[in-house]
Amino acid sequence: MLTAQETILGFNALDFARVQFAFTISFHIVFPALTIGLASYLAVLEGFWLKTGKQVYKDLYHYWLKIFGVIFGMGVVSGLVMSYQFGTNWGSFSEFAGGVTGPLLAYEVLTAFFMEAGFLGVMMFGWNRVGRGLHFFATLMVTVGTLISMTWIIASNSWMQTPQGFSIVNNIVIPTDWWAIVFNPSFPYRLVHMAMAAFLATSLFVGASAAWQILRKQDTDAGRVMLSMSMWMLMFVAPLQILAGDMHGLNTLEYQPAKIAAMEGHWEKLSEAKTDKGMPLVLFAIPSQTQEKNLFSIEIPHVSSLILTHSLNGQIKGLKDFAVEDRPNVNVLFWSFRIMVALGSAMLLAGLASAYLRYKKQLYTSKIFLWAITLMGPTGLIAILAGWITTEAGRQPWVVYGVMRTKDAVSLHDVSTLALSLALFVFVYIFVFGIGVAYVLRLIRKPPVTHEGDEPIGHDNIRLPVAIASEFGGRS
Amino acid sequence: MSIDITIVWAAIIFFGVMMYVVMDGFDLGIGMLYLFVPKREDRDVMMNTVAPVWDGNETWLVLGGAGLFAAFPRAYAVLLSALYLPLILMLLGLIFRGVAFEFRFKAPDVERHIWDKAFFGGSFVAAFFQGVTLGTYINGIKLTNGEYTAGAFAWVAPFPLFAGLGVVIAYSLLGCCWLIWKTDESLQSRMRELAKKLSWLILFNISVISIWTPLSNQEIAHRWFTMPNILWLSPMPILVALTMWKLSRAIEHKHELSPFIYSLCIIFLGYIGLGISVWPNIIPPDISIWQAAAPIESQRFALVGTVIIIPIILIYTAWSYYVFRGKVRAEDGYH
Repeated sequence: MLTAQETILGFNALDFARVQFAFTISFHIVFPALTIGLASYLAVLEGFWLKTGKQVYKDLYHYWLKIFGVIFGMGVVSGLVMSYQFGTNWGSFSEFAGGVTGPLLAYEVLTAFFMEAGFLGVMMFGWNRVGRGLHFFATLMVTVGTLISMTWIIASNSWMQTPQGFSIVNNIVIPTDWWAIVFNPSFPYRLVHMAMAAFLATSLFVGASAAWQILRKQDTDAGRVMLSMSMWMLMFVAPLQILAGDMHGLNTLEYQPAKIAAMEGHWEKLSEAKTDKGMPLVLFAIPSQTQEKNLFSIEIPHVSSLILTHSLNGQIKGLKDFAVEDRPNVNVLFWSFRIMVALGSAMLLAGLASAYLRYKKQLYTSKIFLWAITLMGPTGLIAILAGWITTEAGRQPWVVYGVMRTKDAVSLHDVSTLALSLALFVFVYIFVFGIGVAYVLRLIRKPPVTHEGDEPIGHDNIRLPVAIASEFGGRS
Repeated sequence: MSIDITIVWAAIIFFGVMMYVVMDGFDLGIGMLYLFVPKREDRDVMMNTVAPVWDGNETWLVLGGAGLFAAFPRAYAVLLSALYLPLILMLLGLIFRGVAFEFRFKAPDVERHIWDKAFFGGSFVAAFFQGVTLGTYINGIKLTNGEYTAGAFAWVAPFPLFAGLGVVIAYSLLGCCWLIWKTDESLQSRMRELAKKLSWLILFNISVISIWTPLSNQEIAHRWFTMPNILWLSPMPILVALTMWKLSRAIEHKHELSPFIYSLCIIFLGYIGLGISVWPNIIPPDISIWQAAAPIESQRFALVGTVIIIPIILIYTAWSYYVFRGKVRAEDGYH
């Protein structure tokens, strides 16, 4: 058996543990991001239906409920893995910081997971078993559960990014101020940024589904309502998200300057900066970690100073201000950040275009716009992944920023065990979630059906998944 | 009198894991019983008896993990690392089982068999490796300088593997009795037949584990078979025998709910027995709950919410079961 120090394919045990975490969390985050958005969307749809009585909202509710169910299921099972992985693979971290992150996770389970799971059954299958008000209440509870869940996990993650409210005794983190722990400096920014990201990703997903259906000559009223609602969301939230991202960036500059330097591809030491010359915005570059410079770059003068210091010639720390062993991976951050920003800008443009076309009454007919929106379907999720890669890779080489290094956090498994578990995860995730995504796409291929789920109310008239199977399974 | 908060936490985690074993136990059992029920309509009914509640049931497992993380981070770190492969395999089993609930009804007809197999296989793998984990745990997680050194495959040993089968049988019995309660006609009679066989199997299994554990573990033998412990522990085997007898009579007399209740009691008694064997250790054989406990500030902070919220969870969980009360039949889904 190989020990922790040996390597397989050039990867040592630490690398495998990191790749496994990155792989499992990247798959996972896609599903909760969509369930956060879809749960809120479903609550709005059911609320509109109860208020206006319009059939289209009820049809849309049942339509998206099926898709929500599949995505929620994938989120649950991939999330279960996460809640155990802190212990299975990051035992030293758990032992060291469990006093803080453990209670936060416990609160997430108690106040969110149970609430989501407890009311999900009624939401999914209880349409004819409880009254309208009670069903709406169940939907609301699931929605609130997704939001509470996000809040706790963001608090925990943000504490790892900007830790405070603790002391270290006998090499163990002792919480001293829970208010400071939860409301740590990066928490509000990250929370708002992630909440809007979930709403944007969902509206792009819903909008793309509608646009795709209209393009395929399946133009229904429900499809138009879907497109319209998602474009309103995009138009208002995309600019707000850019604003929130900017504020989040300034917060990061204050607490994690090395992360910002890497995102910007900025090397120069603050002490050597010329104060009469501002920092350029590096649009594109090939940063080299070893040569400590950008091998090639396209820059716009002064813009980076303007964004980060809100003055023309302002200066910030460059990567050379940090010891080599304290720097994050420049290439990863530089590019993941740019992907996120580029997609965010595209969302802003799409939102503006939708406003213009709505004014021109061409929102449902402009082919080029409908194609663009269809193609943008996954961009919200890609932007979320790029953003999380930026913030998590940017925290490196620390697991708890400035307090514990990632290499000291890992459980001592031998490299062959980790290679085996990673191989299993890759195989299972690609198989299971690959098919799951295919089933979701199958569901959104068909437009919403009118009067779906319109059974007469009766006690024994339980609406269980078989009904859904009879509607969908038979027509493949 | 002051309450030892660490004991309260041990009790909460003991309770949480028990809730998981009981509630996801019958879900997983239903999955494993797919092997004996080939008809599609019957399989639909079996899955539908738990479709609205399985997610809540599984959440108790997350609470077990998170509670351990919050109150006993050292145990969370050491146990989960030491039991690495069995836990990973259990999680992968739960993935297949969990998605089967949704995918089976969304799949095209030609693909449904994949999710039947995923439901059966995932349930079996999850149950088996929960048992393996339990067996390895009872055998003891021996630490050298605070590190687990027995290797990644220490669980490949007779006792853990036998415990794996034990949990498979126990969950199958639970699932079987649940279905006696929630179904009728031919499926119900089929379950009655299976329940008879399974109750013999579980009696055999409990007996073997009850003899094997003290034989292979002096400390546990000492706990059970010395005075005065032997006096107040002696009702345990008697209670098991009594419950087994009541169970077989309830099945014989075609009772609907009581077989499920008695099978719960058997699981409960076995679980208490394990608790007695391990107490007050949390990483047997050497680390006690106090040695693995989180800082008192963490225990306190998490406890406040836990004691308030768990009763609320129990209330809405009960409500959700109430909403989906009654028999589940094949035609229910086709209105």
